Formats: sequence, structure tokens, C-alpha cells
Amino acid sequence: MKKLIFGILAQTAALAMLTVAAYGQQGDAKKGGKMFVDYSCYACHGFSGQNGPGKRLVPMKLAAVAFTAYVRSPGTNQMPSYSAKVLSDAQLADIWAYIKTLPDSPEAKDIPLVQQLKAEAGK
Amino acid sequence: MAKLKNTSVGRRGFLKGAAAGAAVSAASLVTPQITEAQQGGGPGGRGAGRGGAAQPDGAAIAREDGTARPAPVSRIVENPGSDYMCDVIKALGIEYVSFNPGSSFEGLHESLINYTKNSPEIITCTHEENAVAAAHGYAKAEGRPMLALLHGTIGVQHAAMAIYNAYGDRVPIVMIAGYGDTAVPAHTAVDLATTVRDYVKWDAQPDTLQGVGQAIIRAYKLAITPPMAPVLITVHADLQMAAMPANRPQVPKFTMPSMPSADLASVRQIAKDLVNANNPRINSGRARTQEGMDLLVELAELLQCPVGGGGDRISFPSRHPLAGNGAGGAVDVMLNLEAGGGGGGGGRGGAAGDASKTIAISTAELLATHNFNINGGGVNGDMYIAADPQATLPALIEEVKKLITADKKRLFEDRGKKHAEANRAAHAANVDAASVGWNASPVSLARIAAELWPLIKNEDWSFVSPQGFVGNWPSRLWDMKKVYHYLGGQGAGGMGYGAPASVGAALANKKHGRISINIQTDGDMNYSPGALWTAAHHRLPLLSIMHNNRGYHQEVMFIARAASIRNRGQENSHIGTRLIDPNIDYAMMAKAYGMYSEGPITDPKDLAPALKRGIERVKKGEPVMIDVVTQPRG
Repeated sequence: MKKLIFGILAQTAALAMLTVAAYGQQGDAKKGGKMFVDYSCYACHGFSGQNGPGKRLVPMKLAAVAFTAYVRSPGTNQMPSYSAKVLSDAQLADIWAYIKTLPDSPEAKDIPLVQQLKAEAGK
Repeated sequence: MAKLKNTSVGRRGFLKGAAAGAAVSAASLVTPQITEAQQGGGPGGRGAGRGGAAQPDGAAIAREDGTARPAPVSRIVENPGSDYMCDVIKALGIEYVSFNPGSSFEGLHESLINYTKNSPEIITCTHEENAVAAAHGYAKAEGRPMLALLHGTIGVQHAAMAIYNAYGDRVPIVMIAGYGDTAVPAHTAVDLATTVRDYVKWDAQPDTLQGVGQAIIRAYKLAITPPMAPVLITVHADLQMAAMPANRPQVPKFTMPSMPSADLASVRQIAKDLVNANNPRINSGRARTQEGMDLLVELAELLQCPVGGGGDRISFPSRHPLAGNGAGGAVDVMLNLEAGGGGGGGGRGGAAGDASKTIAISTAELLATHNFNINGGGVNGDMYIAADPQATLPALIEEVKKLITADKKRLFEDRGKKHAEANRAAHAANVDAASVGWNASPVSLARIAAELWPLIKNEDWSFVSPQGFVGNWPSRLWDMKKVYHYLGGQGAGGMGYGAPASVGAALANKKHGRISINIQTDGDMNYSPGALWTAAHHRLPLLSIMHNNRGYHQEVMFIARAASIRNRGQENSHIGTRLIDPNIDYAMMAKAYGMYSEGPITDPKDLAPALKRGIERVKKGEPVMIDVVTQPRG
């Protein structure tokens, strides 16, 4: 099972890298981290990329191309759009690369305190 | 010392303009001029020197530069009018009086400390806004008002935001403002209440001692009659300082008003609609007392219908099987009990919903005024009864009972099981969501609420601060089954509420042996940090956990959106919105005010031990602050 998951992850990562390569460069997670804050992504999505009123970004399920397309035109009044004038494709690839580095949350079932709260509430 | 924060010529100009002010020695300023100014301070004397940048006299300069001394006492008044005022205040059973000292009520202040021997107890506040916000928090925790004293024009203006919050929240506060402080013309006014008249329920400026007594009693009654609200009495300094008349006025009789309830015909119609409905729902915004929550539980269980929040205070037990949206489906009858239209922190309008028939019972519209629109779109409904829900529920319950047949009861029980199952699943999903960002640094707000719960669940506790900025995690995770388990938000959304309102609520909770929990946003904290000193000074069992996200993050989001619409980029959104460079050390701030503190905590692993240490101290009767660096929002 672990091998399978690793395989899927490896394939996903490879696909992502290919997608980023389509923009002619590799996403730079370090630069992306700075822009994640400078461009206020954190304000709605949390420094964690997963806490706040914005959509949960971690784990990042979109490929870089889809991520860029979404940021360009989110189709919602909540999420501001970021045009190419504001953030280039390369910069968005950097941000995408940074989000990919953010750790995912543990499963609720693996957190004893959450399970305790759930058990209490179910009484 | 009198205050000169808002003089018409400004502090610097005022001093500069005072001829030879800097050159005159302190001793020479304590002259008979002061005596003359202080003793001659009747209403007729107020006008002199007002209305512009008149040359200040020696007394005014002395008060400004700190060299003022009490005037030589040329008379003895052993039965001042303010003693009578204290008799009236005591007759109402008022427990506490909060204020920042001011010379326009020095007569009343002196009576409170030496005549009534600090009973009601004086709560020393570092700002008038804190004094009123503390009274706001107290009233919500205790269910009745306390007194706040305000100094002349400047005190009333300092208090204005807190008064507006209490008005928006429909919370009773009795306020007395002094006037006629003639040493500083800018500190008195012909009509002192005009500054806040649009957001108090009633104000009065009685000109006799007996009139003051009657006004205090009437003000109290009006404040506690729904729709509840702050009330203000302005009292001339001379009425406080002068001797009582030979025939000491009687303390007017106080009669507790009965609460306005719906008429029987309306009650019967509502009962019929609810019992005949296939899928009724109740939204409840608040309960005046625990009895209100208990009555609502009884009604919901009779009907086996879901109960949602229609406001931001807890009025139905959070883990009750019927708490929540239930199994969904088209709602045919919606009963809104003080739901929406309360201006309670979110500017909600009337909660009409999509029901076939919406019934509203609320007193909110009775507080509508021509200027401020605290009720949004008003209270909406196909049927609207201007009454207090809690006062109406007993009759409604009786009428519902009369209409429930055995067949209906079986149907209702089946309905209730479906709602309970849906609510249980929704609640479980809510709890699971707490795992998101569990190990993140900065710390997630869900984790703060989750780690707190095991530490307080076996105590008698009260959550005293707003939860909108913390993702509502306390009510999502905690078992809230008492009205004091969550006291709600600011009322009108004004910042500077959390810290002082928590102090007031903790004051009320202390008497009942309850610990108070405040999850304190950093932006709000910096409006009113002096509240920490008040908490320390009065030994309040209050745990404040800083939600330190180092900025005004709602505004970060709004600015980013505005920049997006203008296609200008968001990289400057931090300007004017972040509280960084330097970071504020809240643990050090609390320590400076005399409070035990820990932090800043950035690693979630350090959170639970710090909270545990904090709770242990709070249980022993002292305030504690734990500074936690947090994710921006919940």
C-alpha cells in the first residue's frame, strides 16, 4: 500500500514538475513563500495554507496550470483575481511550488483530543 | 485632576496661549482665583469663558499643568446631595460602579467611598470606554445593569463608542455624567447628553435632588425593559456638592416592570401554525436569563423541531440533539425569536428565511431611531409580534401542549429523530474540522479551543469574548448549555470591546465562583489595554488568551480584494493593516499591568501546558494572559 501511495505521489510530483516546466521554469518555493505573504494569500488561507475563510490549499490538488487558471479567474466574489499584470505565470508557479511544501494536517482519527471531543458530543 | 483632552484650542495651544503661563510659578497659580472658580460654579457661571479660545484662568492652567490643589475649604457640608443619590443607587441593588475619575462627579465619587463605604464597589477604569464596556460585559453575564460614571463632555465622548456597542447589543447600562465643572469650560455643556442621544434609550437632566432620584429609578426601569439599552442621567456638580434640603427627599419606590409579552390571540395562532407545520424551525438570538433557554428547550422538544442561532449569544444548548439545521427540507413555518435585526455584531437584517410562513417575536424594532440603522432591514415576517420572547414562551408552550394529539406526538418524535441524527453528523464533521492545521505554526484557532475544553469542562466557566474572529470554534467544540457560557459580540462591531467587556463579565462571574475565558484579538486589545490593569487590580479570575495574528486581518482581506478589483497588485496590502515591525509583546504588556503571563507561544505543543498553568492560577483567583501567535482566522 505504501508503495502504491508513494508511486502515486511520485507520479503527481512528476506531473506537476512537467506542468511547471511548461512555463519554461521550475517553481521556486522560497520565492513563492515570500509572495504567499506579500500578496496576502495567507490572509484568507492561513499561514498554513489551510486555516481561514478561504479554500483549503493543502494538500494542493490542482496542477500548476489549473492553479494558475483558478487564480486568474476564481469565479467567486470571495477570492480576488490575480491578473498577469499583478502576478506572472512564473510567480504563480513559485507560489504553487511553495504551497506544495506546506505540510498536510493529521487525520482527525489520529488526534486523541479531537476523538475525545467527538465522543463527548455523540453522547 | 480635571482633564483637558478635548479643549477647543488644543493642549499645546492652550498652554502656549496662556499668558505667562510657563513663567508663573506653581505656587502663584494656587490662588484665590481657584477658590472663586470652584465655589462659584453654578449654571449661571458656566457660560463665562465658553464658546471659543478664551484666555484660560489660573485655575484652568493649574488643572492643566498638574499644579492644581483642592481649594481651601471655607464651609462644611456634612449632608451633601450626592449622599442621597447613593441611597437611590443602593436601593436598586446596584453592585458595581465603574469609572475613570473626573471632577464633574467628584461629589458622587466622595459619597461612594466615604458615605456608602465603597458599596457599590468602585471599579477603577483607565478610560471611559473601558468603564462602559465593562458595564456592558457585566450586564450580559449578570442579567442586570451596573452603573458607569462619566466626566463632563470629554468623558461622555470617550465613552461614546462603548455606549453605541451596548445600544446595538440591546444591553442595559445606567450611566450618570457630571457637568457644571466650571474650571474648564470645555468640560461642560448646556445639553451634555446630545453627543450620545441617538444611541441611548432615554436621558434626563434633572434640576433638583428629588428629580435626580426619580430619574435614576426611571432610567433603571427603562434600561431593563426590553428592548434593553443604555440610559444616561446628567447631574450638575452643584447638586452633588450642595447640602440636601432640610426635608431629605425620599428614595422613590422601585417597581420591577413585567416584561412585554404577546397577546393571547397571537400566541394561539402561532401555536396552531407550529403544531400543524410539517417542518417547523426556530431561530433564537438570545435569552434574557437561563429560564429563557430552559423554556426554549421545552418548546423545541414538544415540537421536535431544530433550533438555530439567530444571534450571537447562546440561547439553546449547543449539544442538544435539536441544535442545528436538522435534516433540512423545505421549512414551512419559521419562528424567529429575537433573531436577526439585533445589530449584534454582524449587522444582520431580519431573518425571514425561505419558509412559507415566518413569524417574528422581537422587541428590536421598538428601539428603531431616525439616525442609526442598527436593525438593518428591520424585523421581517408574515406575522410580527413586538414582544419579549421569553415572556411569551410560557403561554406559547401551554397552547402548543393543548394542540398536540397522540398522533401528532408520534409524528413529532419521528421527525425529531431525523433532525437529531443530522445534527449529530454535522457536529461530528465540525469536530473533525478542528484537525485542519492541527500542528501548524502559528497556532490554529481550533486548536486553542480544543486544548482549552478539557481544562474548563469540569469547572463552572463563562466564555466572555466575541467568537466571530476566532472561527466560532468555542461554540463548535464546547458544550454550551448555560446562557453565561457565551455572551456574544460587541453589539455594533466596535473594536475596543473585548478586553474591558471581559473584565465586566469576569466581575459578575467571580461572585458565582465562575472562571471567565477571553480569547482576545490583538487589534481589539490595543484599543483598551488598560483593562488588563483593572483585571489585575480587582483580582478577577479571568484567563485571556491572545489571538495574536499580528494585524487587522479582515482589513488585509478587504484591501487585497480592492487592489484586485483595480488590478494594482496586493503586495502593499500589509501597509496600514499589519501589527508588525516591531511585533507587540503581549506577555510583557500584561506583566507591566501586574498580571501573570506567558508567551508568545508559536509551537502548538507548548499550548496545552501553558493553558493548564494559566487555568490553575485563574482558579486561585487571579487574571492570567497567555499570548499565542495564531493563524489569521479560524
